[in-house]
Amino acid sequence: MSEKSIAKKVYLDHIATTPCHPKVVEAMQPYFREIFGNPQSDHEFGWQAKMAIEEARGKIANMIKALPQEIIFVSSGTEANNFALKGIANAFEKKGRHIIASSIEHRSVLTPLKFLEKSGYKVTYLPVDNLGLVNPDDVRNNITNETILISVMHANNEIGTIEPIAEIGKLAKEKGIIFHTDAAASAGTVPLDVARLNVDLMSISAHKSYGPKGVGALYVRKGVKITPLIHGGVQEAGRRTGIENVPGIVGFGVAAELSEKEMNERISYLIPLRDKLKKGILEKIDYVYYNGHPSERLPNNVNIAIEYVEGEAMLLSMMKEGIATASASTCTMMSLETSHVLQGIGVPPQTANSSLVFSIGMDNTEEDIDRVIDVLPKIIERLRAMSAIYPGKQ
Amino acid sequence: MYSEEVMEHFSNPRNVGEILDADGVGTEGNPLCGDVMKMSIKVEDNRIKDIKFKTFGCGAAIAVSSMVTEMVKGKTLDEAMALTKEKVAEALGGLPPNKMHCSNLGSDALHKAVEDYRSKQKSKETKEKFVCHCPYCNTTCDAPYPYCNSCGASIKICTNCGEALKKETTICTKCGTSV
Repeated sequence: MSEKSIAKKVYLDHIATTPCHPKVVEAMQPYFREIFGNPQSDHEFGWQAKMAIEEARGKIANMIKALPQEIIFVSSGTEANNFALKGIANAFEKKGRHIIASSIEHRSVLTPLKFLEKSGYKVTYLPVDNLGLVNPDDVRNNITNETILISVMHANNEIGTIEPIAEIGKLAKEKGIIFHTDAAASAGTVPLDVARLNVDLMSISAHKSYGPKGVGALYVRKGVKITPLIHGGVQEAGRRTGIENVPGIVGFGVAAELSEKEMNERISYLIPLRDKLKKGILEKIDYVYYNGHPSERLPNNVNIAIEYVEGEAMLLSMMKEGIATASASTCTMMSLETSHVLQGIGVPPQTANSSLVFSIGMDNTEEDIDRVIDVLPKIIERLRAMSAIYPGKQ
Repeated sequence: MYSEEVMEHFSNPRNVGEILDADGVGTEGNPLCGDVMKMSIKVEDNRIKDIKFKTFGCGAAIAVSSMVTEMVKGKTLDEAMALTKEKVAEALGGLPPNKMHCSNLGSDALHKAVEDYRSKQKSKETKEKFVCHCPYCNTTCDAPYPYCNSCGASIKICTNCGEALKKETTICTKCGTSV
C-alpha cells in the first residue's frame, strides 16, 4: 500500500486530552529508572527527585504568574476541583455554608458541590446567557453573609466561552469571599495571570496542554487556609500527601514552560484553523447552529449543532474516516443525560443531542480542517437520508 | 465500544427507507432522548413481504433497526411479534449495557407496525362482515343507517348487537335487548 492511500488520522479532541510534547516525554525519561528516588528521602536519589519537583513547581508558577509555594501538585484537574471546593468549604464552615457557582461548570465541580449540598451546604447555581457568559451582577446579587466561596470556570470545556473572571474576582475580593476558578480547559491554551484575574484558587491539569496524564495542580493564594483532602505524611507541606508523581510533575513542568514560551504562537496558529472549520461547516451544511461566544472563546474550540442527525452517529461515521472528535449528545455519555452546558445556554435537548465539539491542537494542520469540511457534509447527507425526523432540504 | 456486527450494520444498514403504500407503520422513541425509529411493512399471506426503516439515533439505534428488518423479512407476523430486544442484541453480538434499552427500540417499532396492520385488517373485516337487512324490504346494505337506503323506511338499530329492527320494536328480535 502506498503512503497516499492511507488517510492520515485526524485528532480533533484536544479538550479530552492532548498527545505529550516530545520534549515532555524526553524530560520525563530519566525519572523512571535513573532518578527514581523518593523525594522525601535523605540521599542523593531523593534529593535529585526533590529538586526536579521544585524546578517544575517554579515553571508552573511562572505560567500562571504565581509564587512557587502557591502551587500544590495533585493527580488531576478533578482532584484539584474537589480539593478546592471541599477544602475551602471545610476550612470556612464556621464562617458560613453558602457557595455560588455557575450552572455550566465541569462535572468535577458540580458533583463535589452536590456532595457538599448533602452535607448541609447551600449552593446557588448561576444561569448563563445564550453565549455561555455568567453575569457578574448575578454573582453580586446572590452573595449573602453566609457566602464563603464563589467558583466559576475560566473557560467552558464544551462551548469554549471564556468567563469574565477578573470582574467576578474583583467582586469577590471586595466582599472578602474566596474565589476559585477551574482553568483546566484554559491552561496552556490562553494566558493566565492569577493576580490580574483576582483568583484565590485555580485548578489546572497537565494533559490538556501536551503534558502527561495523572498530574494537575491547585493554585492556592498565599495565606488562604484550606483543609487537605488526603491526610498522610509531609508532601506538599502536608496539604496533599502521598508520594509525588515525580515523572508526571517533571513532564507537567516542561509542558507549562513550553506553553508559556509558545503561547502567542499557539494562539495565532489555532484561531485561523478554528475559524476556517466553523466557516466551512456553516457554509456547506444546512440546519446548523454555532454554539458559544463569537469572540470570548478558546482559540481551539468549535461547537456546532447539526439538526436531525444524532451526535454519536456522526462521531462513529467520522471515526470510520479516521477523524476523532466529540459530541455532547446524550448517547455518547454514559450518564445518558443531555449536556447541561448546552441546555444552560438554551439549546433544546433535541438539538443538543445533535452537537459536535471540535477541539484543535498544535498537531493539526490546515489539511486536517479541509478533510473535515470535505467529509462531514457527506456523512450528514447519508445520516439524514435515513433519519426518521429529517424534513428535507432547507 | 461496539461489536463488529453493530459497526457493520451501522456502516451498511439494510432496508433503509419508507414503504409509501405500507400495510402497517410503527414509530417508537422520542427525539429528546435521542432515538426515533420508524418501521413500515408490506404484508402478504400473513408474512412480512417487505420492511423498511428510518431512524434518527446513535450508532446502536441504526444497527438495531437494520438488524430487526433483516431478522423478520419473510417471517410470519406471529414470528415478528415474538422478536425481543434480547434476541436483536444477541444477533448484533451484544450491545453496551447503557444502550440496551434506550437505543434498542427496533422491535418495539416493528411490533407497533404489525399491530397497526392488524387493527387496519380488523376494521376492514368488521366493515366487510357488517350487513344490515331492512326489516321491511329485506334489502341489504353495509352500514347501519336510521332509515333504509332502498325503501326509505325508518328503522331502529339494536344498540347491543346492531340488528336492524322495525321502528315500533321495543325488544330486539335477535338478542332480546330493550331498544
